[in-house]
Amino acid sequence: MNPTDTSDPNYFHRVVDCQWACPAHTNVPEYIRLIAQGRYSDAYMSNRESNVFPGILGRTCDRPCEPACRRSRIDGSPVAICRLKRVASDLRGDIADRLPVIPSSKSGRRVVCVGAGPASLTVANDLMPLGYDVVILEQHDQAGGLMRTNIPAFRLPAEVIDEEIATIVDMGVELRLNTPVASLRSLLEQDFDAVFIGTGAPRGKDLDVPGRHESDRIHIGIDWLESVAFGHTEKIGERVLIIGVGNTAMDCCRSSLRLGGTDIKVMARRPRSFFKASSWELEDAEEEGVEILVNHAPTRFVIEDGRLVGMEFQRLDWDEQARHSTVLDTVVIPCDDVILAIGQENAFPWIERDLGLEVGEWDMPVVDPVTFQSSLPGVFFGGDSAMGPKNIIWAVEHGHQAAISMHNHCEGIPVGSRPPQGINLVSQKMGLAEWSYHNDYNPSTRQRMQHVELTRRFQSIGTEVEVGFSAEQTAREVQRCLNCDIQTVFQAPLCIECDACIDICPVQCLTITENGDEPDLRTRLMAPAKNLDQALYVSAALPQTGRVMVKDEDLCVHCGLCAERCPTAAWDMQKFELLIPLAVSTPIPVAT
Amino acid sequence: MPSIVKPMVTHPGLERNALGLSIRDYEGGMSTLCAGCGHDSVTAAITHALWESGTPPHMIAKLSGIGCSAKTAAYFARGAHGFNGCHGRMPPIATGASAANRDLLCIGISGDGDSLSIGLGHLAHLVRRNVRMVYVIENNGVYGLTKGQFSASADVGSTTKRGEANHLQPIDPIFLGLSVGATFLARGFSGDKRQLVPIFRAAMAHRGLAIIDVISPCVTFNDHEGSTKSYLFTRQHDVQMTVTDFVPPAEEISATIPDEGVVSIPMHDGATLRFRTVPDGYDPTDRMAVIEHLLSARGRGEIVTGLLYIDEQSSDLHELGNTTYRPLTQVPYDKLCPGSAALAGVGFR
Ligand SMILES: Cc1cc2nc3c(=O)[nH]c(=O)nc-3n(C[C@H](O)[C@H](O)[C@H](O)COP(=O)(O)OP(=O)(O)OC[C@H]3O[C@@H](n4cnc5c(N)ncnc54)[C@H](O)[C@@H]3O)c2cc1C
Ligand SMILES: Cc1ncc(C[n+]2csc(CCOP(=O)(O)OP(=O)(O)O)c2C)c(N)n1
Ligand code: SF4
Ligand code: SF4
Ligand code: SF4
Ligand SMILES: [Mg+2]
Repeated sequence: MNPTDTSDPNYFHRVVDCQWACPAHTNVPEYIRLIAQGRYSDAYMSNRESNVFPGILGRTCDRPCEPACRRSRIDGSPVAICRLKRVASDLRGDIADRLPVIPSSKSGRRVVCVGAGPASLTVANDLMPLGYDVVILEQHDQAGGLMRTNIPAFRLPAEVIDEEIATIVDMGVELRLNTPVASLRSLLEQDFDAVFIGTGAPRGKDLDVPGRHESDRIHIGIDWLESVAFGHTEKIGERVLIIGVGNTAMDCCRSSLRLGGTDIKVMARRPRSFFKASSWELEDAEEEGVEILVNHAPTRFVIEDGRLVGMEFQRLDWDEQARHSTVLDTVVIPCDDVILAIGQENAFPWIERDLGLEVGEWDMPVVDPVTFQSSLPGVFFGGDSAMGPKNIIWAVEHGHQAAISMHNHCEGIPVGSRPPQGINLVSQKMGLAEWSYHNDYNPSTRQRMQHVELTRRFQSIGTEVEVGFSAEQTAREVQRCLNCDIQTVFQAPLCIECDACIDICPVQCLTITENGDEPDLRTRLMAPAKNLDQALYVSAALPQTGRVMVKDEDLCVHCGLCAERCPTAAWDMQKFELLIPLAVSTPIPVAT
Repeated sequence: MPSIVKPMVTHPGLERNALGLSIRDYEGGMSTLCAGCGHDSVTAAITHALWESGTPPHMIAKLSGIGCSAKTAAYFARGAHGFNGCHGRMPPIATGASAANRDLLCIGISGDGDSLSIGLGHLAHLVRRNVRMVYVIENNGVYGLTKGQFSASADVGSTTKRGEANHLQPIDPIFLGLSVGATFLARGFSGDKRQLVPIFRAAMAHRGLAIIDVISPCVTFNDHEGSTKSYLFTRQHDVQMTVTDFVPPAEEISATIPDEGVVSIPMHDGATLRFRTVPDGYDPTDRMAVIEHLLSARGRGEIVTGLLYIDEQSSDLHELGNTTYRPLTQVPYDKLCPGSAALAGVGFR
């Protein structure tokens, strides 16, 4: 193999598994260390820089970082990254004076965002410090998008949303509520330098089987949750069937329990391993007594005397990959209400089709995946409206990228010209055997989130279920983080091939051996490198024998012992910081 | 001192030996030697060989004297017995331990100062008695622990870190062994575990005293340009005399190895040692030939490594002394100590 190029920001970034997996590349190990030091406001601000809504995300994030976490490859469970984010948010002090400064003299640029969901709010957050006038148009009387209308208050209290949205709106955003946009044409005719469309994926999928239109006790999940959130729906029947087993279904079943439902069944077509819902959402629903029935395909609503009395299902037998099924028999399950939670779709009834805005498959606008610009220059999309339903953290990342593009567009820079990522590497050596971070491995197991007792939980839909980590739990959980951003940095010319680093490594990451191609090298290491998702570091030829130092990044616990036992400081532990470009880091062209 | 002890976190794919133990179970306390000391690498090689051999840790006895090298007995096999004696006095202690229980795997860890300076006399008698043990000399040419004075293995003309040359003749433990009847003599290099681990395994299976002289650079006091025991010098002058494969008795080997230059030696415990000799016709069982080879290599300034001499025919301490098969701890007290009356009889015979 050729020597690894560690000046490529992607190399060390990949080692920080959580940060690499996070759509917004939140600097997870850094904020966890700050929490460990009790620096909650610093931890909050470090989060906010990339993910904008630490309090909201600390409760609701889809957390792609956790399945990626190296700790799960070491002891089976990831660091509770999301819960720690909430700790930072709950315990932080006043951060008002640490927010970006909004220039008092404006740049004269005016942009408009349609919809006040996380995507639009991120655009506003990124452009306000650059002197923009940002107008947000929202059809509802509150901002927040699905975070407000669909994520139930027992998972995400209103105050948390209020506070983090206020932080952005208070930058001077012109938020116009109760303002549905009915025509893109009329918007384009107004005096805006760029338009951002963050209207989400507002339509819940329907299930057109017999009986669908014969009862008013059949609900579309996201509409029903919205009417619960706005207080229009306060009750549901005792026996409720939820069709579908994604995250929306989990919110529907748990909300039903709080509105009078006692016998709640979630009906899944396929076996459990094919469920879309996150494991923790399933766990929480089952803890509350929701029953999940697998291999049931809905066929019709059973209506008697104009009243919904049940639903008919085929019971299926699936093959191993759950691709083909055979029908075993048909059953009717009695119920009072049915909630359909089988997915969301995009819909843009207000975008005229003769504007030149190209629309592709499934009636989705054609959007550039890097710049988020549509085929109409100056019109950008982001969040669920751009790529279909995803989640909050993706909406935020789209917002960041769209903001860069909008700024480029306004400054006359090609939207495709993206500011590059940078890196900082700083040695953490404090003395002969002393590091600036806590380098020891802590064997604590993952801390379990405590929940409010079941009896108290159902009294009000606004009672937050998760109580947050205790001080003791936080203290243990922070030490589970393996500090993957403290990188092992090697200098081949210094190595005398004494093997000290190889002998001391507790997880057999390191090998000095003859070079070879990657598949061959992977079999010749101290421990075979079987995880192909993880990189091999290969050094330049070593001075004494011409062999190479190889590191399998897979299981390194960043204990620093290799660097400590190296007599020549060929290894060093250096903190890696990824410099993530945001709109503010876009170079402003010099006037000529 | 390192900031932390090597944490007990392990590679999830860690292999287990026949006892179900991983290599981590054969480790010991955290080393306090200088970072990069060759002795730590020797420790790692011993750890590996012990794990491979599947010896139960409680059947191992670690014996040592004084020196950085001697300290390393604490850094492997934490479940083993251990005795840290006076400087140069490990051989008599080891003789006693071995005599008392022939089932123990005795491992002596010594240095060039410990064995060839202050302890030379004891070592010679250990060889004569062919005490059944593995005797490792971690040879760095200096007294590491006392800050780098020349030891008895320093070569003529090699210098200290500050530049003073040594004028005294070195004692080579391999020649010493050949002259007083050693039955297993090998030389390795701490920087080459590929060679060292099979040598240790062979030594553990040898019925008699196995001396392994391991060039183990003192990174702090003797890894400079004037040294003949540095990493670089050893790498530049190392000539592998034999390449050793240790074939344990349990494993049936069906592949045929090309015969050219291969010498197979059946060992007492049923294992086989297979030598591929590097120079033509090197026969590690022919004492005269070995002496001749080594002398001429020395003349060329070469450091020869490998298992250099082996004799599986000679009797060891137990056969020579007709010792009991039962460990002395299990021999009933009245047999161990026949009483004053019987002793009085012995005294006045
Ligand atoms: C039940 C449910 C639970 C979820 N739970 C989670 C979770 O736990 N974690 C997570 O990360 N994600 C979750 N999601 C997904 C997440 O909420 C969305 O991916 C995210 O909110 C998308 O953000 P957005 O800014 O693209 O759009 P949205 O949040 O959908 O916001 C769009 C906004 O635009 C407004 N709007 C639409 N059309 C117009 C118009 N024509 N004029 C004016 N305003 C308009 C809407 O009223 C809305 O306020 C959940 C989704 C659902 C349905
Ligand atoms: C009886 C006695 N004399 C002298 C010493 C001082 N002393 C301690 S270690 C040592 C030399 C050790 O050299 P070596 O065996 O080569 O071990 P190294 O430290 O080089 O590994 C000496 C002379 C001592 N401890 N006891
Ligand atoms: S920091 Fe060094 S010694 Fe520690 S696990 Fe990583 S490679 Fe091994
Ligand atoms: S400890 Fe340092 S000098 Fe020794 S092999 Fe490792 S990197 Fe090279
Ligand atoms: S002084 Fe020399 S022999 Fe002793 S620990 Fe340091 S490097 Fe090793
Ligand atoms: Mg010495």
